[in-house]
Amino acid sequence: MRLFFGSCFTLLLAAVIGLGATWLTLTRGVAFGALTVGAWTAWPRSGSVDIDPYARATIARTGELPVGTGDGVAFYARTDDAGNPFDGRCSFAISGLSPAARFWTLTLYDPEGRLVANTIDRHGFTSAEIVRDADGRFTIHVAPRARPGNWLPTGGIEQFVLVWRLYDTPIGVATRTTKEGPMPAIVEKRCS
Amino acid sequence: MILRALLWVLAALVLGGIVHLSTVLAMPQAAKQDAYARLAPVAPVNTMATLAAPTAQASVMPFMDPAFAVAVCRYDISGAPLKFSAPVSQAYTSVTFYTRTSVAYYAINDRAAGRRTIELSLMTAEQHAEMPEEEDVTSADRLIIESPTKTGLIVLRALAPEPGLMAMVRGTLAAAQCRGEPQPKP
Repeated sequence: MRLFFGSCFTLLLAAVIGLGATWLTLTRGVAFGALTVGAWTAWPRSGSVDIDPYARATIARTGELPVGTGDGVAFYARTDDAGNPFDGRCSFAISGLSPAARFWTLTLYDPEGRLVANTIDRHGFTSAEIVRDADGRFTIHVAPRARPGNWLPTGGIEQFVLVWRLYDTPIGVATRTTKEGPMPAIVEKRCS
Repeated sequence: MILRALLWVLAALVLGGIVHLSTVLAMPQAAKQDAYARLAPVAPVNTMATLAAPTAQASVMPFMDPAFAVAVCRYDISGAPLKFSAPVSQAYTSVTFYTRTSVAYYAINDRAAGRRTIELSLMTAEQHAEMPEEEDVTSADRLIIESPTKTGLIVLRALAPEPGLMAMVRGTLAAAQCRGEPQPKP
């Protein structure tokens, strides 16, 4: 009898532990070989056959197609440089120089990867359409209300994700130091 | 008594680890809403299909780059190899090959292709091995890609540097082709 209850308990606990761990890792997006520069994180190996099982399971679940290694690399940010999570009711400023890439795009999504509705139908910027200072630096204002210059509207949603995609770039699996890929800084400006 | 309970918990931990690893490994095969499944209703087999631009209301896949026009060829090369050709757009064009389970196994951009059109032949390793020697020479300027799976996705992406150029870029994509080659004669 004791054996029966013991094995029942063990099997139940095993199922809870196993499925719970799988659910946690897939919803949190665990993957190996992360390349982190400031608030930006990329998984360059996800765009090649060296993709790890966790990243494979995650993309199979979400249904997205990773950017291929010969194409480019995608950096994700969910917080600013100080670690404050992105809140669509706050404003953030992204500033810096263009990283080494032929083109880049910056896009704002909700946590599920959908574009966010806004009045001017703007979901991101490309490197070609950005307004720059005289020295080539740029500042992008991610804010709920209209701002002069490069305004990326948040639509006032609770949480958002920024994806910085570099196309035709030397930054990738072999990149080790942050010197090779200076990524733009993200600073929280105001929270209302 | 306590020792025995600890043993049961230890067994549960080991079993739980096995359950965790096997579910993670089985996920790509078990997923019902992966990219291939999402594209199946809009992309016929071995035909180029231009995807609708992502909007806040609808998007074929999550995390699509709205600055890009995207065309997809959902291929099946179990019968014969596939010929793919795409004109290069003004700004930036790339072609990425994915297996049935969304693993990107090859990607090339317009600069690496080095000409006005990107031309590729896609085949399995067996089909490549069966190819006659002479044919290999005559089509030497044609890039041959070996697909690890019989089905998968070819995704053609073209950048519209400014939103106003999107219509033109989509027009360029419309000229892309992907079609099965007739079975090579032995």
